[in-house]
Amino acid sequence: MAPITTLHYLVVAAALFVLGVVGVLTRRNVVVVLMSIELILNAVNLNLVAFSRIWGLQGQIFSIFVITDAAAEAAVGLGILIAFFRNKETVNVDEVDLLKW
Amino acid sequence: MLHLSIFLFFGAICAAGAVNLLVQRHPINSALSLIAVMVSLAVEYLLLGAEFVAAVQVIIYAGAIMVLFVFVIMLLNAGVEERIEGSRVAMILGIPGMLVGSALVAWVLLERSGTSSVAVGSLPGYPKEIAGLLFHDFLLPFEVTSVLVLIAIMGAVVLASHPDSETQQKKES
Repeated sequence: MAPITTLHYLVVAAALFVLGVVGVLTRRNVVVVLMSIELILNAVNLNLVAFSRIWGLQGQIFSIFVITDAAAEAAVGLGILIAFFRNKETVNVDEVDLLKW
Repeated sequence: MLHLSIFLFFGAICAAGAVNLLVQRHPINSALSLIAVMVSLAVEYLLLGAEFVAAVQVIIYAGAIMVLFVFVIMLLNAGVEERIEGSRVAMILGIPGMLVGSALVAWVLLERSGTSSVAVGSLPGYPKEIAGLLFHDFLLPFEVTSVLVLIAIMGAVVLASHPDSETQQKKES
């Protein structure tokens, strides 16, 4: 059988990215939308690590930075979600309209 | 041979878990399938020779971040998501857009398919090399990231703290 090429990893990462975008655009629950964003970040990480096999270790360093950013984003996003839920008693994105007038 | 079958198996688990995340109606099921996606991604990192990133993926992503998600789902006690009718414009514009996007991705991937393949483990991502890069070449971004995490922690504490708690404490004292 053929060896695993970078293309294999790019296909998996593209699938994860597309599924994450679909989740962000179609789901109503804010928690699921945040999880879809994590899926997108994971796809980027897989690309970075796959290319780091060709171009050197810098890609893995950047994937660690992306993981750190994902942690910060999840903490802030879920904090906003808790603060919002306290006001409106809902987690649906289409009912988040406090800034609309 | 063995590597390719392991890759295909865990790649399939990745895609299936991501699809399951979208299909499930209850957020706790979505969170559990996202954990499955992350663990199988860690195996893919191991196949790439990135041992440190695989360990970080399991510990931070599948451990810390997903525990945060599950905790918030439990705290909000959000039930099954109810479906609504999608808009007609989204169907008209979205399906051709999705087809064009997939065709574009497939074209780029096939056009660039000549990217070389390196044997598994020929570029090991040992913690020693990672640390050398992280604390020498990328020292400034590393420190900036620490400031970012500090700001994120403070923001999360400020956002999640109860607005009435300060006034109540003043009344009690």
